[in-house]
Amino acid sequence: MTTRLRAQTRDVPHATPSEVTRPFWDACARGELLFQRCGQCAHITFPPSEHCRGCLARRQVWEASAGRGTLYSWTVVHRPVTPAFEPPYAAAIVTLDEGYQMLTNIIDAAPEDLRAGLPVQVSFRRTGGDLWLPYFVPA
Amino acid sequence: MRASNRRAVIAGVHNTRQARRLEEETSRSLTVKAILGALDDAGLELSDVDGISAMENSTSLIYDLGVGPAWQGQDFGVGMFAEAAAAVEKGYADVVVLVAAQAGSYTDRAATAPWTRPENEFVAPWGMFTAAEFALIARRHMEVFGTTREQMSRVAATIRNNGDRNPEAVYHGRGPFKPEDITASRPIAEPFHLLDCAMTSEGGCAAIITTAERARSLRRQPVHVLGAGVDFFGPSYQFPPSWDLRGRRDDTANGWAGRRAADLAFRQAGLDRGDVDVLELYDPFSFEIIRQLEALRFCPEGEGGPFVEDGRIELTGSHPITTDGGLMSFSHAGANPQMMQRVIRGVQQLRGDAGPLQVPEAHVALCTTGGAGALFTGVILLGDDLP
Repeated sequence: MTTRLRAQTRDVPHATPSEVTRPFWDACARGELLFQRCGQCAHITFPPSEHCRGCLARRQVWEASAGRGTLYSWTVVHRPVTPAFEPPYAAAIVTLDEGYQMLTNIIDAAPEDLRAGLPVQVSFRRTGGDLWLPYFVPA
Repeated sequence: MRASNRRAVIAGVHNTRQARRLEEETSRSLTVKAILGALDDAGLELSDVDGISAMENSTSLIYDLGVGPAWQGQDFGVGMFAEAAAAVEKGYADVVVLVAAQAGSYTDRAATAPWTRPENEFVAPWGMFTAAEFALIARRHMEVFGTTREQMSRVAATIRNNGDRNPEAVYHGRGPFKPEDITASRPIAEPFHLLDCAMTSEGGCAAIITTAERARSLRRQPVHVLGAGVDFFGPSYQFPPSWDLRGRRDDTANGWAGRRAADLAFRQAGLDRGDVDVLELYDPFSFEIIRQLEALRFCPEGEGGPFVEDGRIELTGSHPITTDGGLMSFSHAGANPQMMQRVIRGVQQLRGDAGPLQVPEAHVALCTTGGAGALFTGVILLGDDLP
């Protein structure tokens, strides 16, 4: 039986959202993957920030990603960071089609399926408590 | 042009005992032992000290040691040596003690060590910790350049075999290791297996920086700070550790962190890569050595894997690395001690204090701290004389 990578089910650690980041997490619970686009220069900022990381303007506008991208790098973790995580899990960096990168986990795949450039799409899963996380699955 | 004719030297160093656990010690007790040990090595007294560099503990140590009024440093790793050397050359202090120590902070053994765990909301939910951060860098390099599992095992076996022969190392006598032993150890965060990774331990260390003039009348042969540089791309473990992260000014990607720092250090020193006799490279994970050899221009981009295959990085090779066993086998006592210890090992090599692991004719040492998984790398060049 080959190993399948799955979403976590326990209450995994997460920081309390700030005023700046709360819209991102609220949107995850609705099934939307948000990023910030600058209202002045159109530069994308992720993770969220009060100011545009391109032109520093304070005119960040939330926009929904299509949730599609490619796998940039990954690691299949066998020794979990805390007992809240059930291994194995595949921590990963995904490059979204809009052009920014985010940390996530790849699920609904076998570890041997993972390769750089693998097409992936977002899949929101509820872990312990009320936390909805933007996982990615092979597209 | 130098700002003054004061030249900074490292006049004393000391490692306390290092061990997986030091039951009878605290971080403070090790700090005090390390300071007194380094002062004794240099032949100085506490009353000679007018500067302390101990990160967030600098201020309280100035009070507790009664050395005020004194200059205080805030940096860590290679950066704290550069900062203290600059302070001494500028005349802000004459004798600076640099110190780091840790005991008793890793108690929850079901989790990874506390200094490896992020709290950021975009990082923590994904089960990230230091090994995973560095694994994302390693995997990208494997995909782009074809670096192999075997090449990483060569690095880890080399460093662990140095530690095996070092009587001061936590894992003294644990080897020798063959590359196959590294590959056969249990997976942690792939591509890394257990023996690719730094240990967790307890211990302390300290160093003394003063002027070359002052050092002339002291106990030990001074070691010159020839050049240094630090490259940061942002805070560690809060953003995706992407190989291709770039700033707006310079096209150098995070994967090559340390290149600008090394270029600066070599320019300051007036030296070339070929002048380096020993490379005390920071080894949190095996792949990081391959990356640093490329980033610091000891080999072309993508050729770090083949570079480590032929014995070149072993003690008897042309580029001996991490000669005390490093973070994998000597010690990794927290956030900063193991960083300072790369520089301390460079000092030991240049003074001929490295015992069975002495590199013959070691005149120039390059020491590093950090790694692309943590978005920073620092580089310092030490010499037993001025070039």
